[in-house]
Parts: sequence; C-alpha cells; structure tokens
Amino acid sequence: MSEEQIKNLEEQFEARIARDEKIEPKDWMPEKYRQTHIRQISQHAHSEIVGMLPEGNWITRAPSLRRKVALLAKVQDEAGHGLYLYSACETLGISRDELYEQLHSGKAKYSSIFNYPTVTWADIGAIGWLVDGAAIINQVPLCSTSFGPYARAMVRVCKEESFHQRQGYEIMLKLCNGTPEQKEMAQDALNRWWWPSLMMLGPTDDMSVHTEQSMKWKLKRKTNDELRQQFIDQTVPQADILGLTIPDSDLKWNEERQSYDFGEIDWDEFWQVVKGHGPMNNARMKARVGAWERGEWVRDAAMAHAEKQQERKNKQVV
Amino acid sequence: MSNKKNWPLWEVFVRSKNGLEHRHFGSLHAADAEMALENARDVYTRRNEGVSIWVVESKHITASNPEHNGELFEPAQDKVYRHPTFYDLPDDVKHM
Amino acid sequence: MKNKNLYNYILGIADNSLILGQRLGELCGHGPSLETDIACTNMSLDLLGQVRSYYQYAAKIAEDGRTEDDIAMLRKEREYFNVLLVEQPNTDFGYTMARQFLFDVYHFLMLTELEKSTDLNLSAIAKKSIKEVSYHKRFSSDWIKRLGDGTEESHSRIQTAINDLWTYTDELFHQTEADKVMVAEGVGVDVTKLKDAYYEEVNAILEEATLSVPESKYFQKGGKQGIHTEHMGYLLADLQYMQRTYPNMEW
Ligand SMILES: [Fe+2]
Ligand SMILES: [Fe+2]
Ligand SMILES: [Fe+2]
Repeated sequence: MSEEQIKNLEEQFEARIARDEKIEPKDWMPEKYRQTHIRQISQHAHSEIVGMLPEGNWITRAPSLRRKVALLAKVQDEAGHGLYLYSACETLGISRDELYEQLHSGKAKYSSIFNYPTVTWADIGAIGWLVDGAAIINQVPLCSTSFGPYARAMVRVCKEESFHQRQGYEIMLKLCNGTPEQKEMAQDALNRWWWPSLMMLGPTDDMSVHTEQSMKWKLKRKTNDELRQQFIDQTVPQADILGLTIPDSDLKWNEERQSYDFGEIDWDEFWQVVKGHGPMNNARMKARVGAWERGEWVRDAAMAHAEKQQERKNKQVV
Repeated sequence: MSNKKNWPLWEVFVRSKNGLEHRHFGSLHAADAEMALENARDVYTRRNEGVSIWVVESKHITASNPEHNGELFEPAQDKVYRHPTFYDLPDDVKHM
Repeated sequence: MKNKNLYNYILGIADNSLILGQRLGELCGHGPSLETDIACTNMSLDLLGQVRSYYQYAAKIAEDGRTEDDIAMLRKEREYFNVLLVEQPNTDFGYTMARQFLFDVYHFLMLTELEKSTDLNLSAIAKKSIKEVSYHKRFSSDWIKRLGDGTEESHSRIQTAINDLWTYTDELFHQTEADKVMVAEGVGVDVTKLKDAYYEEVNAILEEATLSVPESKYFQKGGKQGIHTEHMGYLLADLQYMQRTYPNMEW
C-alpha cells in the first residue's frame, strides 16, 4: 500500500470512530491502534490477575464464613475479568502466553496499587471500597470504547464489579460500627490505601503521555485529573458515613468549584512503585511466575492427553 | 516458556434460557472439548447465565472478510421489496 | 445438648467440606491456568456453601448461643471431625486433584444416601449438594485421566499423589459412635456399606487413567476422632486467626 492509501484509510478509520462506530478485530486498523490496544488491554488484564494476590492473601483468614465466600467469589471474579480481557486482547493477534511472557519478564506493567501489602483484614475492606471504587470510575467509560471486543469485555466486567465495592464498603461499615479496636483497624487501612488509590487514577494530566490519542480512540473519556476529582468527590461523603478521617489535612470543600480541594500527591512514591520498587513488586511477580511455572507440567499433560485422544479417535475412524 | 503446544482458544456460546438462541459469550483456553465445556460453565455461567453451552475451537470458525463487506452486504440494502412496508395497501384492509 | 449425637454427626459431614473448601481456597490466584483457577474456586465455594447450611443447622441443635462461625472457627483441633484426607496439603496440582477425586467419589455416594435421611434438613442439604458434588467428581476424574495419560512427568506425579493419599481412603468408611446411633435412627448413612462401590469406581477411573491401584493395605485413621495429621494445626491457625486474635467481635 502506498503512503497515500494508508493515509486515506487512516482518515476513514478515524472518521468511523468519530461517528461512534465500533472497530472489530478483522477490520483494517492503524498499527498504532493495534499496539496501543494490546498494551492497554493487556495491562488491564495483568492488573486483574495480579490484583487477585493481595486479596487472595486473606481468603484463608477471613473472619467469618460469610466473608470468606464473598471474598472468594470476588477474587474469582477478578480472574474472570483477567480472562475476558486477555481474550479481547487475543483478537488483536497476540496469544495469552505471549502476554504472560511480557508480564513475567517485567516488560508489561500492571496497576501499581497491587504492589502494596494487605496486612490487616481491614485492608480487604479498603481495597473493595477504594480500589474497586477507583477501578469502576476508570472502567465504566470503557464500556463504550471504540474497540468492540474491549467494550464488550468491559460491559461484562462492570456488571460483575457492582458487588465488589459494596462488599468492601460493608466490611468497613461493620468495622466502624464495631469495637474501638476494629474502628482503628479501619482508619489505619484508610490511611495506608487512600493515597495509593488516588495515584491509581494515573499521573496528572500535564505528566500524562497518551491522553490525546486515547481520547480520540475512546480509550479514555475523561482525563486522569477529572477522574481523580470525581473519585474524591464521591468518596469523601462515604468516609463521613463511616466516621473515618481521610488522611489529608488539605482536604476541604470548595464551594466555588463544588468539589473538594486536596493535598499534594507524592509522585516520587508513585514512580518508585511503577519502576518496580514498591513494597510488594517482587513478591507479586514471584507469585505469578511461580504459579505459571508450577502449572507447566499440568498444562503440558492436558495438551498431551488431548492429542493422544485425537489420535485414538482418528485411528478408530480408519 | 515450554516449547510444547499451548491450550488452544475456544469460542463459547450460551443459551441463557430455553426459547432463546445460543449467543456468543466470549472465549477461553482449554486442551480439549470436555475441558472447554467445563471451563465455559465455570467462567461464563457463574451467575446463572445459562442453560446450555456450545463450544467450538476458534480455528474452526470461518469468518467473512470485512474488506468484502461492500459486495457481501451492500447489495441487500436496496432490496426494499423484501420488507412489508414496500407494499401499499388501503387502511381498511385488516389482518395483513 | 439434647441431641449430641446428631450434632456430632452433622459436624462429621460438615468438617470435611470446611477443611477441603479451605484447602481449595488457598489455591485461588495460584492455579496452573486461569480457567482451572476459576474452576477450583467454584468447588471451594460449593463446599463452603454446604458448610454454612450444616453449621447453621448444628447451631440450632446445639442451642447454646453459638453461631455458624463459632462452630466453624472456635473449636480446638481435637473437636474437628474431618477425615485426614481432606486436610492434606496442596503439594502440587496432582495432590490437589488426587485428594479431590478420592474425596468426591466418596462424597457423592454418601450424599446419595443422605438424601434418603429421615431428617428433612439433612436430606434437603444433601439434595442440593449432590448436584454440585456430581460436577466436582466429573471435574476431578477428568483431571485424573488427563494427568495419568498425559506426559511421563504427569503420569508419575499423579501416581505418586494417589499412592501417598491412598492411605487416607479407608478412614472414609469408619463408623463413629454418632454414626452408629444416627444410622439406627434412620438419620445417618451407613458408610461401611459404601466401601465396595467406592473402590470399584475409583479403581475403574484409575485404570482408565493408566494408573495402578495402590496395593498397600496399611491405612491411617484418627480424623474422625479428632486426632489429626501435623498439617491440621497450621490450617486451623489460618482459619481461626481473626476469631482468636479478636475474640467476641462481629465482622
Ligand atoms: Fe475486576
Ligand atoms: Fe478492574
Ligand atoms: Fe473488582
């Protein structure tokens, strides 16, 4: 194809997206569109999978049977989300194994929030409330993103997410209505998860590299700063109901903006964790790689059995 | 990575209740058809979403090429006589 | 307690599901593939769901103000009556599937009989559980066949797991004191009568999986009397961690 033709195709392509048409896997698409989508969807998938680990850490120790089944179902959902998203990504011509390889080699990123440890039961509440809360804010707009398989996966994900945040908030409620020790546990969790949750919505707009292109392709519908503001504005009243204090002395209602002003985020910490030096980066990767390597003989066995069965069937036919 | 073959990809179709058709729900990996069915049940019907599942290995699906969409689908656009509204009948004619 | 035998009988059944559900829960996030991970979690959820019904019923019978969680999480090791089989660790996926398979075949036979119980609560729980367990049995036997027939490595790993866990199978068919009373009342299942059907079914699947049936006639027992393997204490330390560290609180 000549450069002229490609440019023509690209213009038509952008026009389709502007008209709110969906792009499907076999449609022609600019290479950059494909690569950007592989990167974003796989990053999202990796986040779901790595995100199972901090919460999975409390499955065996959940304080009641009711909490245990809810947490199991929640973490299982995240596995499902990872699966839907890997599948969406695979339609772009890359295999799940290749995507895992990128994750395991450290080439691919995942949401940094999961590099923080879950050290008390209240952390499970805080994650459901804040981390799933922030995730929902990020994800709902993606239900109408331009790439069909991604949008469809997100519709399913968002439907399932709806119980996750409630599950977390209910844990917090119970703690805050419990003994002083329980309430303290809840406050301590909020103190540790608040700032990482704000960071989860991404670098500030002036630092963010992909925003403009992503807006065009509907991979993003609001900027990071807008999403963060939305998250803070909806979360502060929820903290009030719990009777917990947001750990930010600069947080205050701005009558004029009809929004909360908030303090400075420690972006050095953010970049440190992104670059692999958070408290749990190492442990998370070891857990993922370990599970994958320990599973290799199992996956190989299943494949070998399937092939033998096929051969047996073929012989019978002959 | 092992140099052996990876579990192939399967497409999953679920009938959400009797009377409705099977609809494409998504895909998954499985070594064989039984495993694909079991996995589909565990992945796609955890919330009571189905009463029947079909799985088919993705490589067996032949898809039309979107580049041929013009010749495949546009010719049907002007065949308006296939639709009931094409035919003019007086209002007094009932049950038609 | 008015009906200590019924109470103990229920715990004997429920504890198996609790401990196995707990073991499967450990794997969530660490399975050999995403699909398998999701499937194992489903089994764990089925078992824990059954557990809640049993303990809620047991709590009603105990009439001492204890809740399902008190019963699940606040007993001493000696007061758990699960068989030794279900507390064995997830040494590898072979052990996990072997443990599951060896239990599922028993579980299915037992529930089929329990459904006929004159105790309507137990019969109802059995009726619901049997559909879940029927699926578990299919899932685990399929994996036994895959691993047995698969590669040389998988064949030897699953054979080792079966050999190691075999010693815990006989206990499934031991009768406790509570069992005897409950069988006499038409409430309980006579597990001694399930033994032949069990080994017949297990052996057939092992054979299909090209595995050999272990020949050892030496079996371990004790779980049903509360005398467990060394693994149990660690499992309970996790299970009871919150309830022990923060007593008398609601979560
Ligand atoms: Fe998720
Ligand atoms: Fe998510
Ligand atoms: Fe979630």
